[in-house]
Amino acid sequence: MTASVFFGCTFIAFGPAIALFLFTIAREPLRVIFLIAGAFFWLVSLLLSSLVWFISVQISNKESAAQQKGLLIFGVVLCVLLQETFRFAYYKLLKKANEGLLTLSQEETMPISIRQLAYVSGLGFGFMSGAFSVVNILADSVGPGTVGIHGDSQHYFLSSAFMTMAIILLHMFWGVVFFDACEKQRWWAVGAVVASHLVVSCLTFQNPEYVNSLVPTYVILLLMGVWAFYSAGGSLRNLKLCLTCKDKDFLLANHRPR
Amino acid sequence: MNASDSDEDVYNERTALVPSETPAVPSYRPDDLSMPDDLPTQRAKPGLSRRGGPAAVDGSGGGGGSDQEVDADDEELTLKYGAKHVIMLFIPVTLCMAVVVATIKSVSFYTEKTDQQLIYTPFTENTASVGRRLLNSVLNTIIMISVIVVMTIFLVVLYKYRCYKFIHGWLILSSLMLLFWFSFMYLGEVFKTYNVAVDYPTVGVIIWNFGAVGMICIHWKGPLPLQQAYLILISALMALVFIKYLPEWSAWVILGAISVYDLVAVLSPKGPLRMLVETAQERNEPIFPALIYSSAMMWTVGMASPMEAQRSEHQSDEEAEQSGGGVEPERRQFPEDELEEDRGVKLGLGDFIFYSVLVGKAAATGGDWNTTLACFVAILIGLCLTLLLLAIFKKALPALPISITFGLVFYFSTDFLVQPFMDNLAAHQFYI
Repeated sequence: MTASVFFGCTFIAFGPAIALFLFTIAREPLRVIFLIAGAFFWLVSLLLSSLVWFISVQISNKESAAQQKGLLIFGVVLCVLLQETFRFAYYKLLKKANEGLLTLSQEETMPISIRQLAYVSGLGFGFMSGAFSVVNILADSVGPGTVGIHGDSQHYFLSSAFMTMAIILLHMFWGVVFFDACEKQRWWAVGAVVASHLVVSCLTFQNPEYVNSLVPTYVILLLMGVWAFYSAGGSLRNLKLCLTCKDKDFLLANHRPR
Repeated sequence: MNASDSDEDVYNERTALVPSETPAVPSYRPDDLSMPDDLPTQRAKPGLSRRGGPAAVDGSGGGGGSDQEVDADDEELTLKYGAKHVIMLFIPVTLCMAVVVATIKSVSFYTEKTDQQLIYTPFTENTASVGRRLLNSVLNTIIMISVIVVMTIFLVVLYKYRCYKFIHGWLILSSLMLLFWFSFMYLGEVFKTYNVAVDYPTVGVIIWNFGAVGMICIHWKGPLPLQQAYLILISALMALVFIKYLPEWSAWVILGAISVYDLVAVLSPKGPLRMLVETAQERNEPIFPALIYSSAMMWTVGMASPMEAQRSEHQSDEEAEQSGGGVEPERRQFPEDELEEDRGVKLGLGDFIFYSVLVGKAAATGGDWNTTLACFVAILIGLCLTLLLLAIFKKALPALPISITFGLVFYFSTDFLVQPFMDNLAAHQFYI
C-alpha cells in the first residue's frame, strides 16, 4: 500500500495517456480545447445514465441484492450505449463546426483535420473515463490498509490500474475508428465499435476473475489498435519508413522552426 | 474571521473578460488608443479581456472587408489566436484550482468547522430545521450581495469624482494584508500539518521577502511570470479564506447569486461595472494591473495611469465579489514593436477566486475526487464558451455566469447521482 502502490498504479493507468498528451496534444491549443470538450461530452453522458440508474434504483426493491445487481448491469449497458451516442453527437457537432469555419474562412484546409479531432476526442473520452474509474481508488491506495483482508482479491489495485489503461487506450482507438466510419458512412464499423465497447464492459462483470476479464480486454485492445492504425491511414510501409527515420513527410512536419 | 477580508475588494474588478481590440492603424502611438481600452478595473470590472490577434488581423478585418484573402487569413488566425488565448487562461485557472484543491486536501485547517463567521454572513447555519437553515443562507447571501453592490457603487462614485488617492491607498492596504498576513497564516497551517518546527526569524525573513517582492511585482514592475504567479497565489489565498469562513449552504447560494449579479452588472446599461468601464474609456485610463491577470505584457512605456491596481483591504470581500466578473473590451497602449505580437488575454482575479471557491468546496465536502474533477471540467468548458462569446460579440462580458452555472449543475448532479453509481461500480469492479 501507500506511496509505491499509489505511484505504480497511477503511472500504469495514466502513463501512456499522459505521454500521448504531452507529445502530441499539449503544444497545440486547439487540440487541448477539443480534448477537454470531449471529456465534457463523456461527463454529460455519464450524468444522464446515472440519472436513469438512480431513478430505477429509487423505484426498485432496495433489499434484494440480486435486483440491485441486475439494475447495475442494466446501468452499465445503458451507460455504454449513451457514451457511444454522445460520441456520435460530438462527431456531428465537430462536423458542423468544421463546415461553419470552412465557409467562413473560405480556405481549403481546416486548422485541425477530422482525423486529429477523432484522435483527440477519443483521448478526451478516455481520460475522463479512466479518471472517473480509478481516481478514488488511487486516493484510497495512499493511505494505510490491507488489500483483500476480508477474502477479496489481493490484486484489486493492480488490476484496476491495468483495466483503466486498457480503457483509456481503447477509447482513443474507438474514437479514431468511429469517426472514420462515420466519415465513410460505414455503419457496420460503427456497430462493431459499439459492440466491442459492450463486450469489454460485460467482460468486467466477471471480476474478480481477472484472467477472464483482463486478457480478452487486452486482445480486443490490440485488435482495435491495429484497426485504428489502418483506418487512420497507416500501413506497413508507413510504419517501416517511420521506424527507420526515412519518412520524409514526418520529418518535414516535425521540423521545428528556430 | 471578523477581520476585514478586504482582499476581496481587490479582486472585484477582475473578472472582466475584455477583448482587446487592436487599433486599426498599427503604427499608431499609444497615447491615442490604448487609454480608452484600459478599463479601470475597479471592482466593477470583473471580466476577461482579450486582446485581439495581431494588429494586422484587426486592421484588415476592420478596414479591408472586401479583401477576401485577408479575411480568410483573419479567420484562420483568429481561430488560432482565439485557441491560444483560451489556453493562456486555462493554465492559470487550472494552477489556481490545483493550489486550492491541494491545500484543501492536505491542510485540514481550511476544512475544520468553525463558529467564526465573516461579519457579512451573520446568520448561523447550525439550526435544527432545514427550512431555517435555508432561510439563513438566503439571508446571508442577500447581505453579502448588497454589501458588494454598495461597495461597487461607492467605488464608481469615487472613480467618477477622481478620488484616486483614496482608491490607491485602499488597494495598497488590501494587497499588503493578503501578501503578508494571509500568507503568514497559510504558512503556519502548512507547517502545523506537516509537523515542521520553524523559528520565527526564518518565517519572518520568508514572509518579508515574499510580501515585498509581491508588492513590487503587482503594483509596480516585475517579470511577467512572477507577477502572474503572485496573482494566482493571492487568488488562491483569498479563495481559501472564503472556503473556510463561508458557511456551507450560504457559499453555494452566494456563488449562484454572484453570477447573476455579475451578469446584471456588466451587461445592463445602468450596471455599475458597465458605468465604470465607460468612464474609464472616456478618460482613456488603463486598468489596474493588480486586479487583473494578464497573460501578456501589461506595462507599456510611458503608461501614466495613476490608478494602478490599488485596492483597499477592507473592501476585499465585497470587492472580490464585485470584481468577480466582468468582461470588458480592453485596449491598451502598445509600443510599436509590440503591435505585431499577440496581446494576450486578461481575466479578472475575482473570477479566479470564485472558480477556485467552487472547486475547493467540491473537494472539501466529501472525500470524493469525481466531483472535483467534474467541476473542474465544467468550469473550463464554461470559460471556453465565454471566450467564444467574447470572440463573437467583442465587448465586455461577465466571466462568471456560464462557468459557475455549469460548475454548480455538475457539482450537485455528480454528488447526488453519479457518485452512488460510480461507487457501486467500483465495489463490483465493473467498468463502463
